[in-house]
Amino acid sequence: MSTVILKLGNDISTDDIYPGRYMATVLPSETPQFCFANRPEINAALNAGQHPPGSVIAAGENFGCGSSREQAVSTLKGHGLIIVARSIARIFLQNSINLGLPVVICRGLEAEEGQHLEIGPETVKNLSTGQEFEVSRLPEARQAILEAGGLIPYTRSRLKEFRG
Amino acid sequence: MGCALESRGSRGRYFLEFPVGMTVVEKILARASGLPAVKAGDVVEPAVDLAMSHENAALVMNQFAEVFEGTGLPAIPWDPSRIAIILDHRVPAESPKTATNQKKIREFVATHGIEKFHDIRGDVGGICHQVLPEYGYVRPGMVVVGTDSHTTSHGALGAFSFGIGATEMASIWALGKAVNIEVPATIKVVVRGKFGRHVGPKDLILHLIGRLTAQGANFRVLEFHGKTIERMSTSGRLAICNMSVEAGATCGIVPGDEETLRYLKEEARVKGKVPVILPDEDAMYEQVVEVDVRDLAPQVACPHTVDNVKPIQEVQGTRVHQIVIGSCTNGRLDDLEVAAGILKGKKLARGTRMLVFPASARVFAKALDLGYVHTLMKAGAVVMNSGCGPCLGVHEGALGDDEVALSTTNRNFKGRMGNPRSEVYLCSPAVAAASALTGVITDPREQA
Repeated sequence: MSTVILKLGNDISTDDIYPGRYMATVLPSETPQFCFANRPEINAALNAGQHPPGSVIAAGENFGCGSSREQAVSTLKGHGLIIVARSIARIFLQNSINLGLPVVICRGLEAEEGQHLEIGPETVKNLSTGQEFEVSRLPEARQAILEAGGLIPYTRSRLKEFRG
Repeated sequence: MGCALESRGSRGRYFLEFPVGMTVVEKILARASGLPAVKAGDVVEPAVDLAMSHENAALVMNQFAEVFEGTGLPAIPWDPSRIAIILDHRVPAESPKTATNQKKIREFVATHGIEKFHDIRGDVGGICHQVLPEYGYVRPGMVVVGTDSHTTSHGALGAFSFGIGATEMASIWALGKAVNIEVPATIKVVVRGKFGRHVGPKDLILHLIGRLTAQGANFRVLEFHGKTIERMSTSGRLAICNMSVEAGATCGIVPGDEETLRYLKEEARVKGKVPVILPDEDAMYEQVVEVDVRDLAPQVACPHTVDNVKPIQEVQGTRVHQIVIGSCTNGRLDDLEVAAGILKGKKLARGTRMLVFPASARVFAKALDLGYVHTLMKAGAVVMNSGCGPCLGVHEGALGDDEVALSTTNRNFKGRMGNPRSEVYLCSPAVAAASALTGVITDPREQA
């Protein structure tokens, strides 16, 4: 069971998730402190460890639009968050798969802050309302990277084939 | 350069046993993947012709080293001649942290012999999306990747060019191929009509983003056609391909033509024959969008999304505090020429400041020679070095609380210019310059 700690609307940009002025910080070990830095309340709660790993951000359409900055993914991953969104922008989705940030595309999602979700491979169930929503499968092409645990181990596994 | 337009690439993929043609991007991906034909939805592993990074090369380097950890293989890039690194996001460095990252990048570049490296310099420096075309690094038919979302720009020269994250770049530095790429579907955009006075490519792309919405082209290619595109300069094409990503597009692309060859020969000094890739007549498009620009008014993207686009009539009179002209979107010579033309012999409105940052050192030098820089400075503008800083609020040009910027850049997300309590409107250089004189959003067609 996962709790929705933040509900967001459509077109949440990577500038919102990880503002440009912190982009000189690049290492995944250092980016979590600036997560949603322009939203002081949620930033403070995350940094104070108030939300356990597995907490959910429920978003609308086109989550992660804009810049390709990977900090926007590593900052969320660093807090152990799960993203459930109605749709996700291409580069952000690819970066999430590459780094292993759990993302779930759920077109009909209805969820409010404080509600509890049960996230399965086929459906997301809102335990607080009893509603169930279908999960869109990630593109087939991404499965191999997901199964390898991210793009770094996947690339490592193919190095010999390319450099043999 | 043999100037005959030559269509390269294979033909004859079969769909339900009937031959079906390919789009430009399908042809490019088929060639790069060593396949006779591909179609939207296929999974391919194209060889990469050019791999570009900026300051985030520091993160790419980190991820690249991790790929090789424990393998016993040396962490050497597959082909240094295909890697480009351009320092542009925070130049000159604004902090010790950035300066140290830039220093590490220089060391990496020296170690691996990366020659397409553009450091912080007044001769060969600039913004990556201007430097790549200027130096002839991009050619029609190439597969170009960049750790920057506006890598879509290079479709202006007929390349399949798309933005990726730093880890994906590390994978490409290791393998030389982009792995598990899904061939995107293509939306054909046909543009007709002549632009009215003070209306141009930026207004076209803003209008199109408003129509398609911020995710209307997510996972798709925008392939541009029509008389308006044929007549458009490479500079204008760079602007429309640059902002294709604001509709979610994987890339924008203009199939190569006479103008592409002219640009490569005259401005990028490319020698030799340059083949271009044209789509097949029976290529399969997911959708065709038609635009007639004859009656198009100047367009403005309003806070806080790029698809919140309105014709200027609906927003004129809005008070603005900072005018910004520059960036990879609209910081080229013709953009500065338009601004200088409007501001010549005049002064900025009181209470309005103006920042100009040319797209490259080369653009800056030409603007100096042609007197544009002097004209802009006499009007009251601050002309800054070439770089990305003000556009994304990383370095100079931050806005105060409740201030409003009117900018020729590409994004107006909340906090984009460094302050979540400010607003950013996006427009063309003509609208920006006209508004600098009045201090409110102003229709340049109505100015004397």
